[in-house]
Amino acid sequence: MYGRMKDRRRESRLATHPSLRVCGARFDLMPEGAAWLADERLLVVADLHFEKGSAFAARGVALPPYDTRATIARLEALVEKLKPQTLVALGDSFHDREAGHRMSPEDAARLARLSRSLDWVWIAGNHDPVPPRAFGGAVMEELRVGPLTFRHEPRAAPSTGEVAGHLHPCAAVRVRGRRLRRRCFASDGTRMIMPAFGAYAGGLNVLDAAYGDLLPGFDFHAWMMGAKTVIPVSARRLEGD
Amino acid sequence: MMKPLAGAPDAETLPPAFTRWFEARGWRPRAHQLALLALARQGKSALLIAPTGAGKTLAGFLPSLADLATRSAPKKRALHTLYISPLKALAVDVKRNLEMPIAEMGLDISIETRTGDTPQNRRQRQRREPPDILMTTPEQLALLLSYPDAGAFFGSLAHVVLDELHALANSKRGDLLALGLARLAKLAPCLRRTGLSATVAEPDALRRYLMPQPPERDGESLSEVVVAPPGALPEISVLTPADEGDEEIRIPWSGHSARHALPAVYEAIRANRTTLVFVNTRSQAEFVFQELWRLNEDALPIALHHGSLAAEVRRKVEAAMSAGTLRAVVCTSTLDLGIDWGEVDLVVNMGAPKGASRLLQRIGRANHRLDDPSRAVLVPANRFEVLECEAARAAAIEGAQDGMIARTGALDVLAQHILGCACSAPFDPDDLYGEVRSAAPYRGLTRDDFDKVVAFVSTGGYALKNYDRFARLRPNAKAEGDMRLRAASPSVIQQYRMNVGTIVEAPMLKVRMTKRGGRRPVGGPGRNMGGRYLGEIEEYFIDQLAPGDTFLFAGQVLRFEGLAETEALVTKSNAAEPMIPSYYGGKFPLSTYLAGRVRRLFAHREAWAALPAPVREWLEIQAWRSVLPGENNLLVETFPRGDRFYLVCYPFEGRLAHQTLGMLLTRRLDRAGARPLGFVASEYALAIWCLRDPGMMHERHELPLGELFAEDMLGDDLDAWLAESSLLKRTFRDCAIISGLIERRYPGMEKTGRQVTFSSDLIYNVLREHEPDHILLRATWNDAATGLLDVGRVAEMLKRVKGRIQLKRLDRVSPLAVPVLLDIGKVSVRGDADEALLSEAADDLIAEATRLV
Repeated sequence: MYGRMKDRRRESRLATHPSLRVCGARFDLMPEGAAWLADERLLVVADLHFEKGSAFAARGVALPPYDTRATIARLEALVEKLKPQTLVALGDSFHDREAGHRMSPEDAARLARLSRSLDWVWIAGNHDPVPPRAFGGAVMEELRVGPLTFRHEPRAAPSTGEVAGHLHPCAAVRVRGRRLRRRCFASDGTRMIMPAFGAYAGGLNVLDAAYGDLLPGFDFHAWMMGAKTVIPVSARRLEGD
Repeated sequence: MMKPLAGAPDAETLPPAFTRWFEARGWRPRAHQLALLALARQGKSALLIAPTGAGKTLAGFLPSLADLATRSAPKKRALHTLYISPLKALAVDVKRNLEMPIAEMGLDISIETRTGDTPQNRRQRQRREPPDILMTTPEQLALLLSYPDAGAFFGSLAHVVLDELHALANSKRGDLLALGLARLAKLAPCLRRTGLSATVAEPDALRRYLMPQPPERDGESLSEVVVAPPGALPEISVLTPADEGDEEIRIPWSGHSARHALPAVYEAIRANRTTLVFVNTRSQAEFVFQELWRLNEDALPIALHHGSLAAEVRRKVEAAMSAGTLRAVVCTSTLDLGIDWGEVDLVVNMGAPKGASRLLQRIGRANHRLDDPSRAVLVPANRFEVLECEAARAAAIEGAQDGMIARTGALDVLAQHILGCACSAPFDPDDLYGEVRSAAPYRGLTRDDFDKVVAFVSTGGYALKNYDRFARLRPNAKAEGDMRLRAASPSVIQQYRMNVGTIVEAPMLKVRMTKRGGRRPVGGPGRNMGGRYLGEIEEYFIDQLAPGDTFLFAGQVLRFEGLAETEALVTKSNAAEPMIPSYYGGKFPLSTYLAGRVRRLFAHREAWAALPAPVREWLEIQAWRSVLPGENNLLVETFPRGDRFYLVCYPFEGRLAHQTLGMLLTRRLDRAGARPLGFVASEYALAIWCLRDPGMMHERHELPLGELFAEDMLGDDLDAWLAESSLLKRTFRDCAIISGLIERRYPGMEKTGRQVTFSSDLIYNVLREHEPDHILLRATWNDAATGLLDVGRVAEMLKRVKGRIQLKRLDRVSPLAVPVLLDIGKVSVRGDADEALLSEAADDLIAEATRLV
């Protein structure tokens, strides 16, 4: 399955995005870090962490206050390009409970405009069990679409068709002696763990023990984010941190 | 300008106890020691320039000791003299050296040290009951100044002694110290300053550094200067295989290991009593140490010393050195400065010294007796380095020094200082601006930039004013109209104290022995796997290793097993050779001054007599096959090779400048349609390969070389490329830490896993996109342009060679181009098979270059 996809990627790298099937449902993987379920016109993103910058500022670390608008701008561009009917934010969309209050008025207005322009689903996360109401959209613990279940925190197997976030997967691989470390989608074909989308979100290596119950062994792929495309790499080729 | 020792008084001006002490030893105070004393009596600050062994330290302290010896008994001790050194070990050492005369003269003077190692309770006691003389470092001075009682503590201060000032002044640490001195001048208006320095090319820069500067319109203020007579001329030789009469050993074309010369180095160690073997990098130290032990049939006590070894290991080596039980120490620049080890009689410098001043400093480590010559051997690792060593030797005999790059004070350091001021007491920005500008590096600071840095310290200084309620600086008492700024909370002060200093270490990992074949190490608990702790290693080096790879560390071949939290787990390997060759390239760029001398050596054939035969022949064949680079022109060669066309030029401006130049030229070649594929830069040359022939394009006027090397770099989107480079991102991280934007990582702080920490790269990207002219990005750019990327040096070079570019179109590679072409593909060299492949390729290249028909 993966071998064939690799070939297809080589044929038309620019024309289409590589795709990945989770329990038969076909996702296009966007290099921006989003997954596109074209059949449902549904766009998925995970771990936006709005206002992570200001959360640090409140503790005396004045990170540039532009992470929220950087994240929104990338979302806007994707919505513009794909025209989704539904957007699912897989939880931890807001860095903490106060995030909505700290957001600058123009960022808040921009996010509200975007979230009201389509069917927006806020999946509740551990950082934002109760996302702010000001931005509209539906708040859910889980969303089921066909064979798929969208939730924030992935659950130990069996969890067929699960699409989750929470872990901020990233992967490292060595090419000609050079080590590359990128955010990634991690999937064994029965589940998918999404990369964090937020501008300041860090990453946790997919070989970390935290993934042990979710993607046991090495029978999975990391779809590493390149500048223009997403590249699947077998877990056997990956390196830890 | 530098009238040495004018008006030196005679020994009568010393207090009787001092005169008796000198006489009892059959010594006389030296003229420069008395000259400093006389200047001190007139209340003047001075710079003392003296060679090693000239009694510099005593000269610096004599005025303080005389003053303290003759004072009327004080009610309570108050700080009289502050001594600041770049190394804490030096502070400890100098204290020991001073205690002896103080005890022998029976003076009631207390001396204490204060460094990062000083226990907390003693530090607190020192603030309550200061000694007469405190020996410390720039970082500790900054900390002391940040306490609310700084005014009382330093109010009595009469004298500051700055040791090894030449090594401190021209750096970020020097900026921090300059700001600290400006503060001290406020707190203790009668303060005198004494700078102690080795010989420097431009003493005026240090004289200016010592003095509070008046506003620019009133000219500048220079300290007095005293120049001690120079010591005996050093005896320097350049070690080449020809010296050994061994024709079998060739001088390598490229590489930095100098492996071929190590038997001769070992012989030199055997023939001398104590030898210091200097190398330029940690990995080179490891390599040389291992190779020497392989040759060490006599089991001579040879030790290793570099900054990554565990502190206790280093201390053991230092103690053995002081006790005179070692025959040789292989060391990095950690031993460039300071500590007097008396019995060293030979200095060996592995590789090229990269700068005339560095060489003189290192040579000075041999033989602290002033009137005997220091002896040094330079060991070039390749043919270009032979030329560089010869040039450096000639410079050292003349006593010539590298010029200093004029430095403007760094804005990230200023941010740290401003926060420190706010921790001590509320400040009025107008006053503080004046004070900061009295520090020489900050003379040209504009009010606008100062205000931006204050805003940065308070709220990050972003155009988007989102953080005002989190401000770290607050008006002292707004209701009463007191708008002076102070630290907003105790946690801000805490943050400052954790973060003080300008030295940002590369993230390090602990190296620990473990048992072979442990569990899957990533993220495992790892606690019970620990064995002996060997030292620390750069994280980026470990990032390059896969489990099973072997590398050199702490003098042995180790096998990398994996990571557990912040530790790299290793086992002992039986392999004789490590699989991962460490990068031997120097971390110091070739100095401009020395580069000029190397170019001159090329141009003057009569000087070649000093060169070994293979190097001479190499140059002769170059002259015959192509042409030699001239003293003031730029030689550009083009030739086909395989299915590509090469352009090789020889600017001699150092690897960093050549990398930047390589980026610039590939962009220009690309725009002109030459289809460049890649480039490689060495210390001396730059090679670019293209699908089309740049030599032909020049002759057809498609891309004249004058245009390719045009001076004007605007419009080349060089900035855009540089902004993406990892060098700039690393620089940003350092600036962000020094300025206090993000906190230092301390060992053990990463326990919670990497996904909760943020990467400075992400911050950099967001800031660059949304506020590209932010003050922190400007600080980053300033750093990179002067240091890492050498943009200034590239610009200077392009100006110098304008209208003087000599093109030589060749049908094949020239002898001079071989070394830089051998560097191609070095990145992917791994294991023995690659090594063999490479040496095959190398032989082809050499045969091709030297073929006479």
